[in-house]
Amino acid sequence: MKICILNGRVIDPASQLDIDHNIYIEDGKIVAIAEDLAGFDADIEIDAYNKIVCPGLVDLSARLREPGQEHTATIESETRAAVAGGITTLAVPPDTDPVIDNPAVVELIEDRAKKAGRTMVLTVGALTQKLNGELLAEMAALKAAGCVGVSNGVTEIKNTVVWRRALEYAATLDLTVFINAADPWLQKQGCVHEGTVSARLGLSGIPESAETIAVSRDLILIEQTGVRAHFHSLSTGKAVKLIREAQDRGLPVTADVSAHHLHLCEHDLGNYDSFSHVMPPLRGVRDREQLKQGLRDGVIQAVSSHHQPLDADAKLGPFAETTPGLSALETLLPLTLKLVEDDEISLHQAIASLTCQPAAILGIDAGQLKAGASADICIIDPDVQYDCLPSAFISAGKNSPFGGWLFQHQVSHTLFQGKVVYQREPN
Amino acid sequence: MPSNQLTESGQLRHFLTIEGLKRPLLTEIMDRAEQFSGISHRQVKKVPLLRGKTIINLFFENSTRTRSTFELAAKRLSADVMNFNINTSATSKGESLLDTLHNLEAMHTDMFVVRHNQSGAAEFIAQHVAPHVSVINAGDGCHAHPTQAMLDMFTIRRHKQDFANLRVAIIGDILHSRVARSQIQALATLGVGEIRVIGPQTLLPRESQTLGVHVYHDMESGLEGVDVVITLRLQLERMQGALLPSAREYFRCYGLTEEKLKYAKPDAIVMHPGPINRGVEIASSVADGPQSVILEQVTHGIAIRMAVMSMALASQSEQAEIEE
Amino acid sequence: MTMPKTSAEIQNLLEEMAETIREELADKDPLLVGIHTGGVWVAKALQNILGEDFFDAPLGTLNIAYYRDDFTRIGMHPQVSPSDLPFEVDNRHLVLVDDIFYSGRTTRAALNEIFDYGRPASVTLAVLIERNGRELPIRPDIVGASVILPRNQHLKLRNKDGLQLEIRAAGALNAE
Repeated sequence: MKICILNGRVIDPASQLDIDHNIYIEDGKIVAIAEDLAGFDADIEIDAYNKIVCPGLVDLSARLREPGQEHTATIESETRAAVAGGITTLAVPPDTDPVIDNPAVVELIEDRAKKAGRTMVLTVGALTQKLNGELLAEMAALKAAGCVGVSNGVTEIKNTVVWRRALEYAATLDLTVFINAADPWLQKQGCVHEGTVSARLGLSGIPESAETIAVSRDLILIEQTGVRAHFHSLSTGKAVKLIREAQDRGLPVTADVSAHHLHLCEHDLGNYDSFSHVMPPLRGVRDREQLKQGLRDGVIQAVSSHHQPLDADAKLGPFAETTPGLSALETLLPLTLKLVEDDEISLHQAIASLTCQPAAILGIDAGQLKAGASADICIIDPDVQYDCLPSAFISAGKNSPFGGWLFQHQVSHTLFQGKVVYQREPN
Repeated sequence: MPSNQLTESGQLRHFLTIEGLKRPLLTEIMDRAEQFSGISHRQVKKVPLLRGKTIINLFFENSTRTRSTFELAAKRLSADVMNFNINTSATSKGESLLDTLHNLEAMHTDMFVVRHNQSGAAEFIAQHVAPHVSVINAGDGCHAHPTQAMLDMFTIRRHKQDFANLRVAIIGDILHSRVARSQIQALATLGVGEIRVIGPQTLLPRESQTLGVHVYHDMESGLEGVDVVITLRLQLERMQGALLPSAREYFRCYGLTEEKLKYAKPDAIVMHPGPINRGVEIASSVADGPQSVILEQVTHGIAIRMAVMSMALASQSEQAEIEE
Repeated sequence: MTMPKTSAEIQNLLEEMAETIREELADKDPLLVGIHTGGVWVAKALQNILGEDFFDAPLGTLNIAYYRDDFTRIGMHPQVSPSDLPFEVDNRHLVLVDDIFYSGRTTRAALNEIFDYGRPASVTLAVLIERNGRELPIRPDIVGASVILPRNQHLKLRNKDGLQLEIRAAGALNAE
């Protein structure tokens, strides 16, 4: 199969490329990015005139609910949603059921993903068995099975001794540790950011110290153990500052932020809007600005979906009793590029934070457009005005607080390993 | 963002929170309560205003007192009242809140009086009831208890003429108090000169000042020159969350005694939403003393609830009129 | 009968009504009750004519807002002063006064309310004007004047420089 993407604005942040060229694809790989390729006889031509052609997106954290909660969503349903959002590589945290703490679960997920065949699904293995925070998981076996890193998910390791040993062991295996930093006691007592809105609505608050205490502790242990670590979904400005200082003194730490934390804050809770119930909670306006600053400065390298599809029932109830999380695969790209529309970050920075930078964090060869690379490509129409309509999401989860938001950037095609895996229906 | 509790023409459809309501409406509630309060002195203590209306007291949290005053208010208006006490642990096992609600709605209910241990529960229910059903919040989690706040305002108005010149102090567990939140909003809407909260930092919300109050940590400076002293009930389980060392120490610092009451103005009134923990938040001699208006509050509770119920159900007539 | 409009004409009617009350109830220690708002004005005028001592207690007033039968259709009525009966009604003879008798529904509501205060020995209904349009088996005992009006016209008693009657089209009255 030979495909030619014609006349697009090809942007590849990894190689600083931004040029109106054609992309020639054969046998799943990019053959050339050029004005012309003599003798190339394409089976399919995609007209990308006035469109952006960039690497397929790399998402550091998306829950697909399989195995364990197939009634909510499946790898089949969520990979379809992913490619509709331009995502061709995603990493699954270990908190599936059963937990990704042995090679069998890794194989199961990879097997299902291969069957679906439209996006690369990578697994992050468990740090401790069953994520119980007590006994170390067989990380060497997990690594051999293909896990790109290890994590304890959102389940805390309370015992500092276990935490230290787990980091040391991961360091030994040269595995990146993915951390959702939250002090378990300060986090669990609340459901929203502790601030003006929690005071007004009478909801129990999570102080920013829930995050800063955990990040501080973890940075000290990272320094001590020498492990390579990545912080998921920062929510506070102070945590950004802690990470910045750690990077300045040379620690191997990276960080991501969710697209929703870059756009929403505590005031978006409105009148107990359960769709805005997320963990970590939506923080203050100043935190949101400092997260954007962190992204601009490169302290935060990636924007991730932190996709959590939920049943409709999960969001029906008094706020604190609803399940936190949002369905985010299909809003990751338009929300991140909205920051470009709003002059918050440059287009290159936005695309880099969705492609080559998260790929580097995962240590994988993806998120780039170059001859010889797998043809994982996202084509974006940069000037469509459309309303976000969660009920029309392809994901099984319709839980999004962005319903009614006006978006401008829209995925028109997604290619995975040289196949067109998504093509937007003409409006 | 205020709740959507008013009809298009500004009538009270639900009564969920004081937040967002304007002063004339709060005044109307008190004026109507003033009219209704006479009915309690008649030979037949009821009027046929809400005859044929069905009101369900939907209580997910036990409170015999509050439920009784709502029940009495509804009966004095001749409505049919049904009490539904639901153990929340039982609902979490099976039937969801919405299932319960829709089942009861199917009995042609006109109004739900809701108490729930979760903040926002009344708002949630109001968002899901049929258009002809009203919801009155009888207390949701730590969020709001608007009828309690209104009966407190009514009591204050009976004793002090002008809200503008008043200094009001609320003592105790503001952080967990739906009563305090609603009182603060009502006092602010009615234009009270100064609202103070007094308590240890563990019992005050972070960013308290954004609620429009002055924060004090000691009784001597907090009560100085105050016209109205409101003490809050201290939930004894607060000791568990490491919020307080002991009830004894709380009483020592924040218990309202005759001695501490002297810091306030000589004609200051003392209020408490009940039930009282004597010797914890208030000394018996103050609760039963000449400055206490605690029992009056209970009496006024019925008239206020009659006013709110009749106003909310009246707005439905207005809806019906528009539909015709 | 022609419509009495001026204060003087109304005053004549009131004096005739007062005379009838005196004849029928003088020996019964009657109590006077006016229905808000016009009925209270008429009752006060009757009290003036009959003298302070004729009735056994100060004038009682009824606000029948909570006893109306149109709550489901119309909802709450604007606020007026609450009912106030400053006497026991048990076994007493009441004179219930309204300004205009029309459908009979106001009287029905007022009787209901009176009985919630107690059990009077008798109730005599006195109205300044009785007009056509009765809907209930209730009729006044003492009438100042009876008039016939087209259905789309409403009669309203005003109290501005003395009592006066106004005829209005239905719409204009509702718009008020």
